[in-house]
Amino acid sequence: MELKSKFSLKEQPVKLRGIAGIVNKTIEDYQHDKSMLIQILLRLQKNFGWLPMEMLLEVSKQLGIPINQVYQVATFYKVFSLSPRGRHLIRVCTGTSCKVRGAPTILEKLQSFLGIDTGEVTADGRFSLETVNCVGGCALGPMMTIDGEYYGNLKLLTVKRILSKYT
Amino acid sequence: MKKVITLQIDDKEVKAEEGKTILEAAQHAGMEIPTLCWYEGLEPYGACRFCSVEIEKKGRAQVVASCCYPAEEGLKVKTRSPKIVKIRKTILELAATSAGEDVSSKMRALASEYNADLSRFRSNAPLSPTKCILCGLCVRRCIEANWESAIGFTGRGIYRCIALFPEKAGLCSTCSYCRDVCPTGRTCSTFGPRPPFPRINDVLAGRK
Amino acid sequence: METVKCIRSPKDLEKLREEIKSKRKPSKSSVSVCVSTGCVALDAPKVKEAFIAELEKQGLKDQVEIKETGCLGFCEQGPRVTIYPEEICYFKVKPEDVPEIVSKSILEKKVVERLLYKDPATGKGVQKLEDIPFYKYQLRLLLENNAKIDPKNIEDYIALGGYSALAKALFEMTPEQVVEEVKKSKLRGRGGGGFLTGLKWETTRNAPGEPKYAIVNCDEGDPGAFMDRSLMEGNPHSVLEGLIIGAYAIGATEGFVYVREEYPIAVENISTAIKQAEEYGLLGKDIIGSSLSFKVKVHKGAGAFVSGESSALMTAIEGKVGEPRPKYVHTAVKGLWDKPSLLNNVKTWASVPLIVLKGAEWFRSIGTQGNSGTMIFSLVGKVNNTGLVEVPMGITLRDLIFKIGGGIRDGKKFKAVQIGGPSGGFIPEQLLDIPVDYDELVKVGSMMGSGGMVVMDEDTCMVDVARYFVDFLLEESCGKCIPCREGLRVLSSILSDICAGKGKSEDIQTTEEIAETMRETLLCALGRTAANPVLTSLKYFRDEWEQHIIEKRCPANACKALIDFYINPEKCQACLLCLKECPAGAIQGDKDQVHWIDQEKCIKCGTCYEICNFHAVKKLSGEPIPPPPEGMKPIRKLKGEN
Repeated sequence: MELKSKFSLKEQPVKLRGIAGIVNKTIEDYQHDKSMLIQILLRLQKNFGWLPMEMLLEVSKQLGIPINQVYQVATFYKVFSLSPRGRHLIRVCTGTSCKVRGAPTILEKLQSFLGIDTGEVTADGRFSLETVNCVGGCALGPMMTIDGEYYGNLKLLTVKRILSKYT
Repeated sequence: MKKVITLQIDDKEVKAEEGKTILEAAQHAGMEIPTLCWYEGLEPYGACRFCSVEIEKKGRAQVVASCCYPAEEGLKVKTRSPKIVKIRKTILELAATSAGEDVSSKMRALASEYNADLSRFRSNAPLSPTKCILCGLCVRRCIEANWESAIGFTGRGIYRCIALFPEKAGLCSTCSYCRDVCPTGRTCSTFGPRPPFPRINDVLAGRK
Repeated sequence: METVKCIRSPKDLEKLREEIKSKRKPSKSSVSVCVSTGCVALDAPKVKEAFIAELEKQGLKDQVEIKETGCLGFCEQGPRVTIYPEEICYFKVKPEDVPEIVSKSILEKKVVERLLYKDPATGKGVQKLEDIPFYKYQLRLLLENNAKIDPKNIEDYIALGGYSALAKALFEMTPEQVVEEVKKSKLRGRGGGGFLTGLKWETTRNAPGEPKYAIVNCDEGDPGAFMDRSLMEGNPHSVLEGLIIGAYAIGATEGFVYVREEYPIAVENISTAIKQAEEYGLLGKDIIGSSLSFKVKVHKGAGAFVSGESSALMTAIEGKVGEPRPKYVHTAVKGLWDKPSLLNNVKTWASVPLIVLKGAEWFRSIGTQGNSGTMIFSLVGKVNNTGLVEVPMGITLRDLIFKIGGGIRDGKKFKAVQIGGPSGGFIPEQLLDIPVDYDELVKVGSMMGSGGMVVMDEDTCMVDVARYFVDFLLEESCGKCIPCREGLRVLSSILSDICAGKGKSEDIQTTEEIAETMRETLLCALGRTAANPVLTSLKYFRDEWEQHIIEKRCPANACKALIDFYINPEKCQACLLCLKECPAGAIQGDKDQVHWIDQEKCIKCGTCYEICNFHAVKKLSGEPIPPPPEGMKPIRKLKGEN
């Protein structure tokens, strides 16, 4: 997965206060089990929205896993975002069935309408655009989710209308 | 006392301890199988596929990585068949896609030996050459020497690269584990206080 | 749900089953609404809310039960609602339809014709599921119960006979006998490899080392496949029961269910199932009062197709990057934390309770020699009836696509079917009569994979689709091995160039050379089979490749760089729609003037082609574009004229 974002790490100040506490609570929920690293990072991202560097350093410290290993895991899996995301996460399915039914055109439409590339965040911080390789709605392709809500049988003209629901 | 087994490597009968790999068995018998990502003392990694050999087992032919495949009783191994020679040439050419042609030491010598055209696939990679084939030798050596290693793999697929963790690089100037193992010359003995890899922050921000 | 009963013996289980059944009246009216991913995407929860509101309004709250049930695989026709006990199946139900359904079907016991599935052959509505052509030829051993049970209620599963296979295994069979039965059944791994399951169980059982692990692979990374999703969402207990039986057979004490993060409903449902099974004494310590103790944890994936490979999956469960390991020593012997680990696919586990209960002979009587039982295929793409199809092994591709699938949509011509996901190959028309089983598919250069079947028509470019799969694998490759990472990079670049009209004459030979190197040398199945789509595309559609490279033409009119969009002046109705929607402002014309595309400005996004209601936009490839019909008045169509 490509590592890039329109936000640079310096421009986005991160609320450092409480990160150690947030990490500690999550690690305790998983009984300090090192093998649960991926599950811990998933839970942290779900609650915080993304994984700032400070959070990964805390995880390394508190779980006792070398920092390069934590980063290796955090950068290997597509779901993890190491840069801030928009308020609403759009995930467009680019699986085979969706592709054959026109997903690339929908994705292009979203990119041009939002003015961003895949993996980026809109300048007003409203939307993040990502692709996902199959959500299992193959009979209803092209498919996308916004904040986990499913939208299937997408048509070019209805995409704009769907986006307008999200502020 | 471990069981001793017999196998055939390039029509020569070779004896080996059970549990050893084909590569180890060959080396023990004084035969050389070329490698890129293997290093004595380090756990075999199996990333370069350069040590691939043809084996025949119960009448079935297969190509396997000799650094990982366990030596078995009755195995017939060919280390330089025409198929293997062609495979090795292609692997060198593929490795040079992002590494570039300007490699030194081991890889240059092998390219010459296998008549590989290191510029063959360069036009298919829109990058400035990295001089790195991601064999992982430097990383694995660092992890072996220092529990919290200064360098490590990040990313996946074609975005995979080696990043430097500056907070852990304090010992680099006195440690020399990652030097002298590199098959392309990226981390050679003459680099300065830190290994020449981009800092993790720069990698994440898309600047390499 | 009522007081929980902890089951301490097979007698307890039977007693509980009778108690549950006695409390249920088969004659009582109930409404089952599918709430799996597909129907949820089509607003099924709103339909359910509408039922709750309407039943309350009509004072029927206590007389009629509303049940949330699982996926029957005909997702395109969703939301699906079934009325019991009459078994009336309604499709494409909207919240506004609910008052009519309640009044007519529940109160008056009549059928709402317009919501029935219409058989395209007869034009008549079909009431029962089994009579719908899509379902008629299926044998739904694994998926049948999805419509009858609420996956979040273990008592529904128990009422239908659930966990009796487990009781039989624990109290009437030894672990060795269970392994023998699975061996005799000739069940083969439904995850893709088709390895004999019984043999794998035996190897794990005999391997030295403790503890042993039993793992469910619900990663289902193949895009286009959603049967594991359906089974795990709709009937998680069937998978869990199989897993516990497997744990008993091999001597495992701990288990994992690896579910992809992209299936949140499946994660929720299996987590609930595990919790409930523990409460009822069917999981955990001393299961059903036997000496078997087995605990299961759910482990979510995080977006890595390669982690669905068995050794990579185990590495991911260990909390590391999901990279495959060399498998010269099988994971059944040295798997999770180097201990014997049994990994099987969701469908394989779900088949186990059936084999234990009905016997290996019965299982072998279904399917073909060497390929017993049923297989669930996900039939998707350009076919009329898309969805999950469960059929005995050995059915022909032609029957699957044309009899069950209803043929190609929009009257187009069949071109190829891609089976087995990114590891599989394309099957052209001339091979449609091959029986679908593990061995036959490998013979033609493809593979069963997880059963994903993507149907393609004349509008699909076989070079572009090969490029799609290479790009998919490029993104998903872990990047460890040189031939995979760099090989896919070079192949992707070559294929992009070909699709952009920059192909060179040596490209085909180079492609074959790289593909062969990858196939021979790579560490894992992702890499070794990455060449399959490219090689089968070359094998069966070489002429398309040559047309792209030599003539710079795309016969399917799909490759953007090789096509031009052109508005047919005789069909254009000057409605201004494409003019307004064109993102490049490339369309000229007026409400009284036929529209035409300025080719200099056209970015080939295809918007005009997609949205034209008169099918006036054409794609041209390798042909000269006629000059713009400036100032021409539209030839107005009469209402209803095509």
